[in-house]
Amino acid sequence: MISCVSDDSLLIRLGDSIDPALTSRIASLCCAIETQLGTWVIDVVPSYTTILVSYDPLAIDFRQARQQLRQLMAKHSETPPKDPNASRNQHDIPVYYDPETGPDLESLARAKGLTVSEVIGYHTGMTYQVYAIGFLPGFGFLGSVDEAIATPRHQSPRSEVPAGSVGIANRQTAIYPKASPGGWQIIGRSPTKLFDVERLSRFQVGDQVRFHAISRAEFLNLGGML
Amino acid sequence: MKLLRVVSPGFRATIQDSGRRHFQKHGLAQGGAADRYAFLWANKLLGNDLNAACVEITLGGFEAEALAETTIALTGANTCAMVNGQPIESWQTIHLARGDHLSMATADSGRYCYLAVRGGLVTPMLFGSRSTIAREQFDELRPLGRGEDLVGIETAPAPARSVPMSARPAYGGLLQLRLLPGYQYTQFSSADRLRFLASAYRISSASDRMGFKMEGARLDSPPPGIVSEGIALGSVQVPGDGDPIVLLQDRQTVGGYPKLGTICAVDCYRLAQGQPGQTVRFKMSDMATAQNERVLLVRQLTQTKWRQCGKELDWES
Repeated sequence: MISCVSDDSLLIRLGDSIDPALTSRIASLCCAIETQLGTWVIDVVPSYTTILVSYDPLAIDFRQARQQLRQLMAKHSETPPKDPNASRNQHDIPVYYDPETGPDLESLARAKGLTVSEVIGYHTGMTYQVYAIGFLPGFGFLGSVDEAIATPRHQSPRSEVPAGSVGIANRQTAIYPKASPGGWQIIGRSPTKLFDVERLSRFQVGDQVRFHAISRAEFLNLGGML
Repeated sequence: MKLLRVVSPGFRATIQDSGRRHFQKHGLAQGGAADRYAFLWANKLLGNDLNAACVEITLGGFEAEALAETTIALTGANTCAMVNGQPIESWQTIHLARGDHLSMATADSGRYCYLAVRGGLVTPMLFGSRSTIAREQFDELRPLGRGEDLVGIETAPAPARSVPMSARPAYGGLLQLRLLPGYQYTQFSSADRLRFLASAYRISSASDRMGFKMEGARLDSPPPGIVSEGIALGSVQVPGDGDPIVLLQDRQTVGGYPKLGTICAVDCYRLAQGQPGQTVRFKMSDMATAQNERVLLVRQLTQTKWRQCGKELDWES
């Protein structure tokens, strides 16, 4: 379904619920929109179930843009990518899980009736999808965390969450690329750089991410800041 | 070549051009001049590339010293600008000699004033744009500070020009904004839809380049949040507290609050000039009208040339 959203954008809706299979379709359709539709396409913003396409209204009007997107989608659904996993980036992200870097680690464990190492086990035991990028440059919304550690955001956000902080909000997890105010439950910190002005966002929608636990010494060796 | 030294940035001054293209998928905001109308005219006056970087001055209070002979243009908010203490008119070119002192009072109407220099400003470029988005905290793209020097490329004087009176907007007073209803519009209760269209809102002081918050007629029962999706310029989102927010250039790239629709881009430019407390009313419009008006506005600037007198424009044949 394609709807006109503003005088320079359209929203493609590909489903109603969050689903990893949908995300790989969204990622490959985004790629087709960017490479096959020409210079009138300005921005393509994928998210959980939708793609926002903004265009140059001086180059094309809303009916033509909608028509061209419809045609592309028809062509795209006839020839789906052979192996949706083939082109997807895999990331293995080191995290120093400790109360020193994760101020909510112990309280989250207590609230969930788990030990700290069980919380870490759940968080590292899953392969996550990148569903959306937003909030901050390079901030990937990853899902879904195990129900056992799913926890809502803090009622009032912290005024500053340090860069690299790994957080949980309901069934989502994410890493703060930069220091920022934030309400997520912080369970650790990663030394990995998630946004670079040259290479841009490390994560792209459709990528897969795993986490692994590292020690304090490894964290510091990898350039982590305490 | 250094053209201007910032003596005082006032409340806030940033470099803005037309903003970024193709980078929202990395979580980078669109950015760009909040009032694109005044911004384009500032460059048009000087014969610049229409996307050339300008200083966007928030609510006046800006002061600068000319480090070289240059021609500038001021458009947008009315800040009672002066050169060496003598009042000057905005919406026209202004010739500065080396050592001239440009100053502005607090804006008495409008919010953003654009200062363009002949040839455009040359400041650090990231993501294909020189626009500053303060909350993204890139060292290269900071709001202007006291004592900072602004570099340009062109010092030859530009011809004297002024924007035709008919094209100069009056700020202040009632702002009528046109809504393009979105797919979630019908998920709002009919009472809330009626309230939104029938009420007079005030621009909240909690308004900035990310979005303008509207106060005065809270919506009672906004629908629950949606699965986060990309957000267009002008989106009218309604968080749980019921105060609508019109999202502008520095908005986040994705969000999950329910939305009534979007405000036409040309009306977003006018909204950006609104001051806290100013009255806003909303009415319905449609896509064809909005798009036609936007295209004409841009063509009026891209497909016209100045007459010899510098006070009128002719369509290119």
